[in-house]
Amino acid sequence: MAGGHLLTILTFLPALGALGLLLLRGEDQEWIRRLALAVSVAEFGLSLLLIPAVPLGSAGYHLEEFRAWIASPPIHYHLGVDGISLFLVILTTFLTPISILASWKSIQHRVKEFFVMLLLLEVGVVGVFLSLDLFLFFLFWEVMLLPMYFLIGIWGHERRIYAAVKFVLYTMAGSILMLVGIVWLYTITGTFDLPAIQKMLQAGLVVLSPRAELLLFAAFFLAFAIKVPLFPLHTWLPDAHVEAPTAGSVILAGVLLKMGTYGMIRFCLPLFPDASRRAAPLVAALAIIGIIYGALVALVQPNLKKLVAYSSVSHLGFVVLGIFAFNTISMQGAVYQMLNHGISTGALFLLVGMLYDRRHTFEIAEYGGLATPMPRLAAFFLFAALSSLGLPLLNGFVGEYLILLGTYQRHWNWAVWAALGVILSACYLLWSYQRVFFGEVTHGKNRELPDASAREKWILAAMAVVILWMGIGSPMFTQRFAASCQNVLDQMQRNQAQEAAAPPAPGISNAPVAASVPGAPHISVERLGNR
Amino acid sequence: MPILTHLWIIPLLPLLGAAINGLLGAKWPNRTVSAVAVGSTGLSFLAALECVREFLLLRPEQIPWVQQYFTWITAGTFRAGFDLQVDQLTIVMLMVVTGVGWLIHIYSMGYMGHEGGYYRFFSYLNLFMFFMLILVLGANYVVLFVGWEGVGLASYLLIGFYFLKKSASDAGKKAFIVNRIGDFGFMLGMFLLYRTFGTLDFVPLFAKAAPLHADALGQVGVVTAACLLLFMGATGKSAQIPLYVWLPDAMEGPTPVSALIHAATMVTAGVYVVARSHVLFTHAPTAMLAVAVVGAATALFAATIGLVQTDIKKVLAYSTVSQLGYMFLACGVGAFSAGIFHLMTHAFFKALLFLAAGSVIHAMGGEQDMRRMGGLSGKIRWTYLTMLMGTLAIAGAPLFAGFFSKDAILFSAFQSETGGHILYAAGLFSALLTAFYMFRLIFLTFHGQPRFDEHHVHVHESPKSMLAPLAILAVLSITGGWMAAPAFWGGPDHFAAFLAPVFGAGGAEAGAEAAGPAAEAAAHSLELTMAGVAVFTALAGFLIAFWLYIRKPGTADRIANSVQGVYTTLLNKYYVDEIYAALIVGPLAWISDNVLWRSVDAAGIDGAVNGVAQGTTALGDRLRRVQSGNTRSYAVWVVIGAIVVILAIFWPLLKPAVGMVP
Repeated sequence: MAGGHLLTILTFLPALGALGLLLLRGEDQEWIRRLALAVSVAEFGLSLLLIPAVPLGSAGYHLEEFRAWIASPPIHYHLGVDGISLFLVILTTFLTPISILASWKSIQHRVKEFFVMLLLLEVGVVGVFLSLDLFLFFLFWEVMLLPMYFLIGIWGHERRIYAAVKFVLYTMAGSILMLVGIVWLYTITGTFDLPAIQKMLQAGLVVLSPRAELLLFAAFFLAFAIKVPLFPLHTWLPDAHVEAPTAGSVILAGVLLKMGTYGMIRFCLPLFPDASRRAAPLVAALAIIGIIYGALVALVQPNLKKLVAYSSVSHLGFVVLGIFAFNTISMQGAVYQMLNHGISTGALFLLVGMLYDRRHTFEIAEYGGLATPMPRLAAFFLFAALSSLGLPLLNGFVGEYLILLGTYQRHWNWAVWAALGVILSACYLLWSYQRVFFGEVTHGKNRELPDASAREKWILAAMAVVILWMGIGSPMFTQRFAASCQNVLDQMQRNQAQEAAAPPAPGISNAPVAASVPGAPHISVERLGNR
Repeated sequence: MPILTHLWIIPLLPLLGAAINGLLGAKWPNRTVSAVAVGSTGLSFLAALECVREFLLLRPEQIPWVQQYFTWITAGTFRAGFDLQVDQLTIVMLMVVTGVGWLIHIYSMGYMGHEGGYYRFFSYLNLFMFFMLILVLGANYVVLFVGWEGVGLASYLLIGFYFLKKSASDAGKKAFIVNRIGDFGFMLGMFLLYRTFGTLDFVPLFAKAAPLHADALGQVGVVTAACLLLFMGATGKSAQIPLYVWLPDAMEGPTPVSALIHAATMVTAGVYVVARSHVLFTHAPTAMLAVAVVGAATALFAATIGLVQTDIKKVLAYSTVSQLGYMFLACGVGAFSAGIFHLMTHAFFKALLFLAAGSVIHAMGGEQDMRRMGGLSGKIRWTYLTMLMGTLAIAGAPLFAGFFSKDAILFSAFQSETGGHILYAAGLFSALLTAFYMFRLIFLTFHGQPRFDEHHVHVHESPKSMLAPLAILAVLSITGGWMAAPAFWGGPDHFAAFLAPVFGAGGAEAGAEAAGPAAEAAAHSLELTMAGVAVFTALAGFLIAFWLYIRKPGTADRIANSVQGVYTTLLNKYYVDEIYAALIVGPLAWISDNVLWRSVDAAGIDGAVNGVAQGTTALGDRLRRVQSGNTRSYAVWVVIGAIVVILAIFWPLLKPAVGMVP
């Protein structure tokens, strides 16, 4: 069937769905929702077909589609999927139907346009994760911006225009730098094709001067760092989240932020390894500051949604740290944590949205004692909070643990500072949980609030199942991207080895220090999870 | 060998109970809920018994018995399997956890019978059993950590069980966060161990560590650092200085919870970890000394606070902190089996004391303040008698369980080479205080005149479902130490012998045995002498309490008044909570709020961002005026523009090196 065009279908099916929505009359709200849901569920089903297409232990791209698009400059329509992008795509296609369900009742105004935007957003995000041509990547990167702008600007809360403009300007500032970087890279290599550029750099056909490499690295890195967001480039995030409708927040936190960390793994490290190494101490410092700073600022937020937003700054700090520790374990932890954060923070935003639907406020002081009128919602909220604070057997723990463990092997002091985040996440989550759900009901309005409806229960149950599954069966995920992660580190390594013609540098090994342990840095697949 | 190959059954049974009650129990009658909860725990206890039977048939070389189930986390060379293991230490813990746990489940049916959220309580309690069993069965540090954090969660949920009360939810949160501070150390300890040994599985890790040279005292090598970090985790979980502050507050939870989690099982997890890692600790004398000193200091410190508390559960809470200190003291001087021995006897008598206190509170209609009790001995006879057995056991009355275990610890401390006499003195003095505050509790609660309105409070004995566990635990509090009893008559110490395959035949007595019969006899007579001293100390504690509260009631108040400062300090627990709040919690919140958020984030970073935006707008506003409609000014701009363009074109010719774009 789709065989050779699965990735194209995956990328543009939501666009087709959006077109279909445009054909419906705006009053047919029920049908608009159903069609949007059907399209997004079909998209999710299709994306699952990617899993068998990416075999265990394989590092390269699969299901590649390569077609000339513009002759001069030579821009290609080049798509491909590997272990790292695989689950990011599935995360996107999973969260989109969830977001559509979450918007079922709360969006009553311009319903058609809302779901069109949501589906177009999915096109942009999936496209970003699958593009292997720099120009195409940039195109999707920008495509994703517009629907998000409208989602915040039209369906957001009081200060939506300010937040939407801020979001766009921040991101644009970064993407312009990236565009300059892309064009510059093109003038050096004569192509926009990522694998081709990668090969040239590796084979030494093109050699970047250290200064050029550093500048190129900076151009890409800044764009990604804004997206992550890395401290101190994060101030667009709390505003965007607080003003965005629930679905927007879920996609924003769940997937959009990951485009930044994905870009670092896909572009910064393999293309500019030396610059990455030079920048690593600074990046790690910013990541660690972000972890602690984000957590402390989250601690004192009077606004529940802002609290969750700042917690993202803290959690994404872990991911960036894991990437820039250049260690197999921490890199896999970082990729896993990207998925985990999408699920747990997504769940938290869904829950905050459900509270908002009932009371139309995010102020923690307006709540209190909610466990009495809504025990189910309270239980789900606790579950999501525990997943976010990294309780073992839930998903968040695996990612954080691997990041810290891997980072510790190379830079124990980084890991020590970062591990403080583990204490602080318990502080801000449990404290806010207590203020919202425990105690007597203090506001009369809260006394009669309805508990989770059937629709909400299904949404939350789906999230809870994924949280538990990813917490217990992590090898099912990590083994699919283990080889790709190792490949990224190998690409850095080979570059360096070639320039210096030196024996394996101390840099990238994941072998423990003790000499008695066989330090094979490669993944041995056969002994894992075969029981 | 069915259970030994399917060890997972033991923890899974309570997990199923938790899930069933948690998801479905809300609509069920109490009877069904308790059938599920007590049944699943009971089955787990039976499975554990069968496990012990099968274990005793194993050949020595098959121990430790490790079963690998599935790979839980893997990345690079790192693998954490969901592996469970059984050795003699596990067996002891398994028996304590499932046995005492089951009794407390039975007790809870009666105690919680009139409370709302019955299903929730039992769901949490079963969840705790699951995690505690994972903790003691785990075959590597990561699986152990699952149980470690998991019992913390169960503790959080159960302390905050009465979540309508702010003090309860505060206490739950505090317990979790303080434990997280300890876990911070525990995690770093794991990372360091992995970095050093390349594995976190107990068997290969200890095999690699055993032949290493031990660090010297005062030298902090890798192993010492790892041990200190693990011990940091232990101070959190087992409520030692400086992280003990959560345990007294944890008394906000229902009393069976205090008995099970905050006395008998969870809080001993830290002792278990130290004992489990004994191979590492014996290579780290500095860490050992730290364990011993912290243990002795906590034993003494908590006992002094226990002297003046008026809440019956608070007395027992500080007593628990103090007794845990004893266990660490034992481990710190290398007497691991004595520490585990005390862990076991303490589980019996402290669970008993808490449950009996619960029975008192139940009888008094919820009253916990001993100042409003008195004269209860005749009214609740069974509760009184069983509680008295527990008190005799903890005070170290001869032949009771606590006598043997405490004696073993004090003797080992005395024999210790580094600071042994000081550690011994601290331990002995704590024993005096223990006997005093426990008999003070007995006298205030059960003796003298009733100090409550007998018309309003209808004192009644508890139902049989509550008394039966009390009786069983009372018997265990008496007989629980007899395994070690023959050692007193020069015979073998069966308990230490059972654990010897784990800890080795170490300890002072074994050393003396090796040194020949004369030295053995000397050590033995020393031990008997010291046992005598300990008994007299306990007796002294009893007599002082008797004098102050029975013979001359009122004397205690006069003493308290005469040393007002000391008394208030003790009553306020040395103001440690206040100090922590003033030095850490307060400043952190203030800085986060005023400096980080309002100044750095809002005013600083975002201010700059908005400033750029406003600057741009303002600039645009200015530039707008350039487009004035005046032809002559346009001509000027054209000329300026032409000059700029010309310069731009010829500039590369003048300075070829400048251009970056070829």
